[in-house]
Amino acid sequence: MSSYNVLVVEDSPTMRQLIIFALKRIRGLNIVEATDGVDGLKKLNDTRFDMILTDINMPVMDGLKLVSLVRKDPIYKTIPIIVITTEGANEDRDRALALGADEYIPKPIQTTKILEVARRFLNLNDKVGG
Amino acid sequence: MSESEEDKGIAKRVEEFLQVFKKGADFTQDLLKENERLRYKVLELENALSKSGAGPIKSAEPDPEVVELRRRVAELEEENRAILDRIRHVEAENLSFANRYVDIEAENNNLANLYIASYQLHSTLDFREVLQVIMEIIINLIGAEEFAILLLDEKTNKIEVVATEGVESEDVPSLEVGEGIIGKVAQTGENYFVKDLDTYQKDFQKPIVCIPLKIKDHVIGVIVIYKLFVQKSHFAEVDYELFTLLAGHAATAIFSSKLYSESERKLSTIQGFIELLTQ
Repeated sequence: MSSYNVLVVEDSPTMRQLIIFALKRIRGLNIVEATDGVDGLKKLNDTRFDMILTDINMPVMDGLKLVSLVRKDPIYKTIPIIVITTEGANEDRDRALALGADEYIPKPIQTTKILEVARRFLNLNDKVGG
Repeated sequence: MSESEEDKGIAKRVEEFLQVFKKGADFTQDLLKENERLRYKVLELENALSKSGAGPIKSAEPDPEVVELRRRVAELEEENRAILDRIRHVEAENLSFANRYVDIEAENNNLANLYIASYQLHSTLDFREVLQVIMEIIINLIGAEEFAILLLDEKTNKIEVVATEGVESEDVPSLEVGEGIIGKVAQTGENYFVKDLDTYQKDFQKPIVCIPLKIKDHVIGVIVIYKLFVQKSHFAEVDYELFTLLAGHAATAIFSSKLYSESERKLSTIQGFIELLTQ
């Protein structure tokens, strides 16, 4: 069975729990947690990730900075990045996408939406139970 | 049954439905071809009879072969109708099944939110952390941008602000129990929701939502919401469930954490006395 590594960068433990709870419905997923952008960058050095889900508003380093740094790095630049944020205005969405985010999910989130997006970016849509 | 097994079951049912549908479609095609062939045969026989001078088949005693063929055509048409009915039935069943799947997914989402909220609320006995969790739930799961948490001061009988998000503490009124909408909620213990979210104008005395924090019938505080995120235009079913959960679980979490910090304080005082006495 294929195994995928997913990095969840979120400062709120409640949100982290909810995102992880949703992602755990996908079999073969190894989920790594980070509490801010800097922590996320550190974790990126340890594992080869297949997808990153990140919040925007975080202490130390926000999600947008993380997105732009990942996109500038030749090693990580192809990893799909999903931004999950309270900022729901169109300009916030455009800004995140312009920086290199692949998908933008405004809060409050639906676990079904997280699953749908994760399956799409991990190319699991055609796999039953994937 | 696990969710992945459930997914497998769904996929299997979809596959079975497609197989039945395909078989039905193939069979219908066959029937139509057979029907066409038989009609042609009947026409051929009629022509043959006509050419042989026997005239059209209107005699009192029709050709038994033609009768048999007509009977067979009627039978096949009936079978065809039955198959089409069956296909319609299976399609309706499939639609109902798909709708049920969507409902279950939505319910699953709601339960996940409630489970995480409840789990987080009781994950700490630190008063400040409990308030932080409540705020995270209101922001991330309900989708509120501006709100405040107020607790009842039993000595003054006033509800005072203990935490805010998006608004200044000074802007949120401290009210007597029974005073205004917020005070009324603290008095009656009943939820308050503004009637029309679309026309709501921010008023610190009249929030969009005011939820009492209750331990049984005893109100220990309220949550007031003044603004939702721009992308959140209305409350979903799960929001009302979350409000109910917050009313009870947040209240007990706050109460427990206050009791715990009080007992910790008393314990350290007693320990201090003991140390003094034993020195």
